[in-house]
Formats: sequence, C-alpha cells, structure tokens
Amino acid sequence: MSSGTLPASLIPAPPVVRPRLSRAAQIMRLGQWVALMTLAMALLLPMGVLLSRAFSNQAGQFVWLANFATYVTTPALFTAAWNSLWTSALTTALVIPLAFFYAFALTRSRIPAKGFFRAAMLIPVLAPSLLPALALITLFGNQGMLRGALFGQPLYGPVGVIMAQVFSCFPHAALILAVALGTSDGRLYEAAAALKAKPLRVFMTVTLPQARYGLVSAAIVVFTLVMTDFGIPKVIGGQFPVLATDVYKQVVGQLDFNMGAVVGIVLLLPAVAAFLIDRWAQRQREATMSGRAVSYQPKPNAARDGLCLLHCLVVAGVLLGLTGVAIWGSLITFWPYNLTLTTANYAFENFDPAGWGAVWNSVKLATLVAVIGAPAIFTIAWLLERGPQGGPIPGMLRLTAQLPLAIPGLVLGLAYILFFNHPANPLGYFYGGLVILVANCLVHFYTVGHLTAMTAIRQLDPEFESVGASLRVPVFVTFGRVTVPICLPAILDIAVYLFVNAMTTVSAVIFLYGPDTKLAAIAVVHMDEAGQGSAAAAMACTILAITAAVKLFHVAMGGVVNRATQAWRQR
Amino acid sequence: MLKRALLALAALTATSAMAEAQTRTRLMVYTALETEQLAPLKAAAEAAVPTIEIAWVRDSTGVITARAIAERANPRADVIWGLSAFSLLQMEAQEMLEPYTPRGAEALRPAMRSDRSPMTWTGMDAFVSAICFNTAVAAQRNLPRPSTWADLLNPAYRGQIVMPNPNSSGTGFLTIAGWVGAQGEARAWQYMTGLHENIQVYTHSGSAPCNNAARGEYAMGLSFDMRAVTLRNQGAPLEIIVPTDGVGYDLEATAIVRGTRNLEAAQRLADFAVSRPAMQLYGRWYALLALPGVESTVRGYPAEFEQRLVSQDIRAMANERERILREWASRFDGKSAPR
Repeated sequence: MSSGTLPASLIPAPPVVRPRLSRAAQIMRLGQWVALMTLAMALLLPMGVLLSRAFSNQAGQFVWLANFATYVTTPALFTAAWNSLWTSALTTALVIPLAFFYAFALTRSRIPAKGFFRAAMLIPVLAPSLLPALALITLFGNQGMLRGALFGQPLYGPVGVIMAQVFSCFPHAALILAVALGTSDGRLYEAAAALKAKPLRVFMTVTLPQARYGLVSAAIVVFTLVMTDFGIPKVIGGQFPVLATDVYKQVVGQLDFNMGAVVGIVLLLPAVAAFLIDRWAQRQREATMSGRAVSYQPKPNAARDGLCLLHCLVVAGVLLGLTGVAIWGSLITFWPYNLTLTTANYAFENFDPAGWGAVWNSVKLATLVAVIGAPAIFTIAWLLERGPQGGPIPGMLRLTAQLPLAIPGLVLGLAYILFFNHPANPLGYFYGGLVILVANCLVHFYTVGHLTAMTAIRQLDPEFESVGASLRVPVFVTFGRVTVPICLPAILDIAVYLFVNAMTTVSAVIFLYGPDTKLAAIAVVHMDEAGQGSAAAAMACTILAITAAVKLFHVAMGGVVNRATQAWRQR
Repeated sequence: MLKRALLALAALTATSAMAEAQTRTRLMVYTALETEQLAPLKAAAEAAVPTIEIAWVRDSTGVITARAIAERANPRADVIWGLSAFSLLQMEAQEMLEPYTPRGAEALRPAMRSDRSPMTWTGMDAFVSAICFNTAVAAQRNLPRPSTWADLLNPAYRGQIVMPNPNSSGTGFLTIAGWVGAQGEARAWQYMTGLHENIQVYTHSGSAPCNNAARGEYAMGLSFDMRAVTLRNQGAPLEIIVPTDGVGYDLEATAIVRGTRNLEAAQRLADFAVSRPAMQLYGRWYALLALPGVESTVRGYPAEFEQRLVSQDIRAMANERERILREWASRFDGKSAPR
C-alpha cells in the first residue's frame, strides 16, 4: 500500500524472508514436510484408496473409465448436475451480499451491540443441520404456520433447499468476511477523507479491494459447501435431485462404493476450480496491514450506521427466529397434533440407548478437535505462507488444504473405513475409537480454518519478519511474540469453528463411531428417523446450548484477548 | 465390626463382578432394530448366555449395511442381529457370512431361513409393507380410506402419496418387491406407472414417508408397519393399513460375520437368536415370527394376516435387484423434478 503510487513494474516483490540456507528456513521446510506427510496420511491416502475404487468393478478388477461411462448414461445425471450448479450459484449470490454487509456493519460502522450480532451470526453453525430443517417444516411445511408465504410453492424442493442452505452457509461467509474486513489500515480512510472522496467512492476503491481476497474465499466456500452437502437436500429437498444425494443413493441406497467414488470425483471438480481461483487471487494480493498501519476507527455516520443496524437486526432476527421455533418444537409433545408443552423430550435415555452419554462423547470429541486443531492449522498456514516457497511442497500443501472442503462427508467417512480398517494398516488400532473420529473431524473441517488463518496471516506485512530478521531475532520468536498474538483472535475463531462443527457433524462420522463413542448429532438423526421429531429437536437444542455457551465464552474472552493483543493498533 | 464385614462383602462382590466381566466375551453386534428394542434384547441374551456381553452399533439399514461391507477386509462386527435379509444376502454374495446352523434353526419356517447347509442366516420376524394413513388430513381433504394397493390409483389421491425412492432406500425396494411378487413383474410396472401420477414425492429416507404422514405433511406414506407404532404412541392420528391384495415383506435376520475373532461366543448368540424365548421377545413388536407356534402379542393385526403375505423368493429378488432398480430409475427417476 505504501507503494500504491508507483507503476507496477517498479515495485519490488514483497520482501518475504527467504534466507534459503538459514537454519530457520530449513526447519520451516522440515515443518512443511511434516505437515504434508500428516495430511497425506489423514487425507490423501484414504481418499486415494477410495478413489481407486472408481476405476474398478465390484470384483476389484481395473476397468478404466467404465464406471464413468455408466454414470454418464444415468438418466437423472444432468438434471442433478444442473440442480447442484444452480442451487449452489443462487445460494452464493444470496449469501455473499448478506454476509458482506453484515460483516461490514460489524467492522466498519458504529452500531451498538456488536458482540451480540457477532454471536448471533454464528447460530446456524452452532446447531446440527436438522434443526433449521425441522424449524422450516414447522413454519412453511404443509401444516406450517406461514405456509402462505411461499405462494403455493412446496417447501420440499428447491425452495426449501435454498432457504436452508442460505441459513446454514451464512456464518461461514460472514466469518471469513469479518476477518477480511476486520484488519484494515485506517490511514487509507484518512487519505480518502483528506481527498474528499464520496462515501461510495471510498467503499468502491478502498473497502471492496481490501476485502476482495475474503470475498473470493467466502464465495468459494459457500459454493462448495452447497455443492457437497447432502443432509439438507435429503431432509427437505423432497425428490429434488442433486449430485450430493447421488453419493448417498449409490453408497447407502445401492451399496455401490465404486459408483459412489465416481460421483465423489465429480464433486471434487469444484475444489480443483477453487484451487485455481485461489492461486489467481493470491497473485493479486497485497498485504493490507503494513507495520505502520493503524487500525481503522469508523466515525459516527447516521445514515450508514442506521442501515447497518437495520440489516443486522433483520438478519439476526431471522437466525434467532428460526432457532426459537426449533426450541419451541423441542418442548411440544407432538407436532402438529399435540402442542402441550413438556420437558419429557429431554430425557434422552427414553429415545436412544446412549442417552446423555452421546452428548458427553460429542463434547469430548469437539474439545480435542479444537485444542489440537487450531494451533496445528494456524502453524501450518504460517509455515506455508512465511516459509520457503521454492519446490513443489508449498503448492502441494496448498492444494491439500483446499481439498477437504470439496469432499462430501459421506465420501470421507467411507475412505476412512477402507484405509484405516485395512488389515495391513498399523493405524488400524485406532479404528472405532475416539482418535479416528478426531482425525476425521480435523480433516473434514480443515479448509475453512486454513482459509481463516491464511486471511489473517496475509494481512500481516512480511516486514514484521524482515525487521525481526535484521534484529537477528529467530523467525520462531517473531512467530511466538508477534504473529500469534496479533492473530490470536483468528486462532480463537478457528478453535471455536472446529469445536462447533465437531459437535454438529454427521455425514463423515456416521460410519466411524463405535459402541462407546456414539455422538449427539448422530442421535439427532436416529431420533428423527424413528419418528421422534420432538426428541430430535431437543437433542439438537442441547447441542446448540453447548456450542452457544462455548461461543459466549469466546466472545467474553475475545474482549480480554483484544485488549491484551490488539491495543497497539490504537493511536 | 459390622462395617468391616460390609466392606469385605463389598470388596468380594466387586472382585467377583470383575472376574465375571473378564470371562465374558464382548461381542460387537451390528443392528438396524428400533432403539427401544435394544435394551430388552441385550438383557435377555446376556441372561441366557452368561459368557457374552453385547456392544451394539445401531444405524439405519442402508448405513449399517454399507458400513459392514466397507469393513469387509477386516471385519469389526462379530454378529449381525436384526438386519434385513436382503442386506444379508448381499453380504452372502460377497462371502461375508460364516456358515453355521444354530441349534434348533431347522424348526424355523423354511421361507424365513437360509436355504444353504450349513445356514448363513436365520430369520427372526417379518415386517410388512403398509400404508401410513393420516386420518385427520384425510378428513380435512375428503379422502376415502384405501384398503388395497389398487385403491391407491384413485385419481382423488393425486399428489397425496409419498413413498421412498427405491434407489436410496431399502424400504422403497421392498415395497416394489412386494408388488412384483404379488402381481408379476409386467403388471407391477403398469401399477407403478399409474401410481406415479398420485405420488407427490419419492423421499430419500425409508422412514420419511410414515414420519411425514404422521406430521400431516402428506395424507399417506408407504412404509413398514412397525414404523408407525412409535408415532401413534406419541399421538399422531395415524392408521396403519395392511392392504388386502397381497403385501411384500422383509425379514429381520441374524448372521455371524466371517472373520470374527469370537466365533464360539458368536455361535452361542446365534443359538439364542432362534430360541423360543427370543422369538417371544420379538413377538412384542412384530406380528409374524420365524418360529411357528409362537404367538405375537402385537394387537391390531387381522387374523388372516399371514395369508396376505405374497409368496416371494427373497433370493431371486436379491439377484434381480440391480436390474429392477435401473429399470425404476429410467422410468420414474428421470422425471422426478417436483410437480
């Protein structure tokens, strides 16, 4: 930014520290190797084992592309592919503006109760995806209170799918955009004000360009999430066919893992596209937070703040409203015929043998995933971003980190069985226990944590490391004393993100839990399948209560952390 | 003094309990039974065979079958107790079942046990296709009560019926298999083409049609009889109609997984699963049991219920499965966009 007035050809490349022979660089290269090997073990090898099934028949013989040829002739394929594409695109188009202005309001305006809005925006990830589905059925189903609002369109179909997807994808986009907009150089706004730029012009030339990397990331995340999610189309999509439900059809309906792998490969295409776009976006990037930056303090502006507040109130109102409906649903006896209030639905041992034990299993799992995952993901992102860039390792690591987002949970779960349960695999010892569940959740939710970490690190000027190096401070000390504290809010975000996702995930772990490790979110699905909708809602609300408590603790901690680590940005 | 004696006694019981736990073999049992059936069955089996301890892994039929087959290279389950016979036949085709004829298994109805010797699986009970009929919605929309499959072709039911998509749900396949068994394949396709006009949605999950009918989302769902019991107990205005013109059924069955590390204990459990006390227990939830002469205690089934079951060759259907599903998909799945 300091060189913004020079022609591009005169700008030297950003001074990333690459002392090729230094011991620090060697250690960082080693770290990259270890990270790549670990991810290979937990992601690439299992997926490789599964995907090799796409090229063999039931008897295990290699059949080249015969399965793909069969799949292409499936009558519903093009309908499903087209449906997947347009629902993903439409959801992205709806979510990104909503999330962007929400994040904008949180970071660039003076609205009150920002802590509340920050917490409210995460509600959809705090609960299993069956919760909004049950709430939407209560509201807009054929017996729903507001079914007239759909103008005669049935909820079960694209309408329901898009409503539920917008709800559940919103926090993913808002989280990334809030980080992207959260760190900005106040001097740019001062310069703009000094040049008497109109607010719209400031927005178009300062705010949007700063957030473009975040916008690209958020759009990729939302598009891919919708593309690969089968839970929502399965529950509320009626018979609306999409590619992700094709995986379910092949694996669970027809027990054809080879064909399931074929569809899994088709679903990986968006990930490859995302990787290419990410590379492109990365070449465009500039650090937005130089060492001389001061954090931007928005000045009061009645019109802007009023609009922002209205937007936040409407969005948070919808998110909270749907949740409220679900909580009410967990307290009634039987929708819609017996609306007597009761707490009997919370006596889980009457509905599922694991009872409350499933809740504790989930808490244990989620805690482990968060405590192990957040430091690991952040450190790997840092090694990747600030470590030596030569050779094939960084590129491979980048692609590996991007992949999990595009892998449907069901495909990942199946890959884990085939790989870790193989008689020749020494890691098979962990199969059926908590360790395998932790590894699976970490890998499954790796990408968003990785993107958050990358966004936070990229906003730091590499000058921090340069200055450290010139002062002969080892790069690891700079990492520990500067990078981690500055990025601590982002690291905490990642930890909480991992915790809540591990609490709510179903699709990957449904193949992996054992008799002693049944999880709460799986119990929700089982209760719903058994026709105990209210008990399912009660379990979903219990999960929500736990994740919400963790989130509130995070918000409270966030204040302390901010005061301790971000005060230097103030003037 | 008394205190010390009590302590000694407590220590003694604790050690004997530990000793017992050590000698008991822990069997990993995969099942698709309803959750409320697990505790009574575990208690009964462990009382009858004191040397075993049961650890359940329960999930829906499709998921638990997929899981067992995916684990084929290194099986984790010792026994499968309470899974669709169709699923077990698919596992048998992949050489995944340990041949063993449980004690007393010859007494089972011939149609409800493996035709191999030694047997690869033994039946427990049958559950049948049924119509979950929401009487409240029907009254509201003036819909007559159907009593046969043929009744469902009535144009008055247009857009009122849900059934599971047979390509994603075993329940859906079983419903179709029943029609093929009762009417012959050509007429069954003709029937399904007519029924397609009245179907609102083919759901992905086998339990959804009955659940949705119970919640009043649709007037009726095609499903299995036992699904509806829990729903009715919760107060759903649901009538379970077993059609009089022939119904398809599925068996719940038991098998030992080939490669189990606890073969001896697994065989004892398989013995118990076909015993009379076990059958009496199944009879608390299911109307037709594999062992002749055991009366079901489920109420509300017509006396001539058994005669309504179509004669279907489970093995033949399992062999035809892939072809039938493909045919179904080409006829109905391609145009499954919502109307």
